Amino acid sequence: MTAHHHPSDDILLSYAAGSLDEPTSILIATHLALCPACREQVSKAESVGGELLNDVKPVAIQDGALDVVLARLDEGERGQINVPAPAAVPHDNDLNLPRPLTDYIDGSTKSLPWRWLGPSVHYAPIASHTKGPKVGLLRIAPGTRVPMHGHSGNELTMVLAGGYTDGTGNYTRGDVEAADDGLVHQPIADAGEECVCLVVTEGVLQPTGLIARLVQPFLRI
Amino acid sequence: MAVAESRDKNAFSHLFSHYAPRIKSYLKSRGANDASAEELSQEAMAAVWRKAERYDSSKAAASTWIFALARNLSIDAFRKEKRPAFDPEDPAFIPDPETAPDTALSVSETQSIVRDAIAGLPKEQSEVVRLSFYQDMTHSEIAMELKLPLGTVKSRLRLSMRKLRESFGEEHEN
Ligand SMILES: [Zn+2]
Repeated sequence: MTAHHHPSDDILLSYAAGSLDEPTSILIATHLALCPACREQVSKAESVGGELLNDVKPVAIQDGALDVVLARLDEGERGQINVPAPAAVPHDNDLNLPRPLTDYIDGSTKSLPWRWLGPSVHYAPIASHTKGPKVGLLRIAPGTRVPMHGHSGNELTMVLAGGYTDGTGNYTRGDVEAADDGLVHQPIADAGEECVCLVVTEGVLQPTGLIARLVQPFLRI
Repeated sequence: MAVAESRDKNAFSHLFSHYAPRIKSYLKSRGANDASAEELSQEAMAAVWRKAERYDSSKAAASTWIFALARNLSIDAFRKEKRPAFDPEDPAFIPDPETAPDTALSVSETQSIVRDAIAGLPKEQSEVVRLSFYQDMTHSEIAMELKLPLGTVKSRLRLSMRKLRESFGEEHEN
């Protein structure tokens, strides 16, 4: 089964162009591992990149550069073989998380520094970058109602296990939801399995409901 | 590409004379100074040679493949960031559905559709696309550069991608 809710085209284009920040790219590339349709669109956007590369005004290369490169290649052919990096699969990949997400998780998701955010909700940061949005995993117990909240910046959520439903639809593994300033929602985790999501957050969440006071730590995500 | 099959240095020289000056230009527009653009474009061309076996000419045009190599090198070198990418060998990876051979487009058909789509973009859309590819600008950087609301930048990028989808006869999805 593949995803029904996809990242928007402007983000896919920036990923293909190489102008998307690393945190957001982690989520996009993880979605691509699960979504042939978006891979197709990214590869078309890369063809745009190829055409634009053909179109640029060439800049003169140093004299003799070709010989320098050919000499380097001769050396390379004798010695080094390019071995692709081995897949960094967590020891206990119980959620069957795709790469590249697993490259950013050292070991099992169970060993992440989970923080209690509120009743039945836990959050763990997974990649710290000095700039750009924050990335983390959110665990929500089956059937939990996350307090109504708004957003003060863009937020992307991708489901990795279980699912949730909010006013905009039902989200299961591979699905991506984009929240911006305008969205106020109250996600409810689907019954049965724990809901695990990858979340990329630009601003801070703004809880608007009273119960949300209970999850003030959300503000520090 | 002839390089992949025969490791023919002559074929490589042709590729080099076409792409090295273009990669250098591309890298300079993404903020590299002349010296590092020179060094990196040589490195990119060396990577073209070394990875030629992994290039599948039935899947992508050489220009597309070389663009992706240069893009990844530039992210590594200038942004000091990694570029997360999916791994088709990953057990969790969901493979492409089989396409019927008679409906699959050839690489040259794809390229000519893409070329027409780029040429047909209204100026304000092609501008934001070019800034994304050539100048390594995020949506907010483009918004600042062009003094436009962020939402306008995003919608122009979306419209250009919609046009690309439509050129391939796809239904609009987003
Ligand atoms: Zn998708």
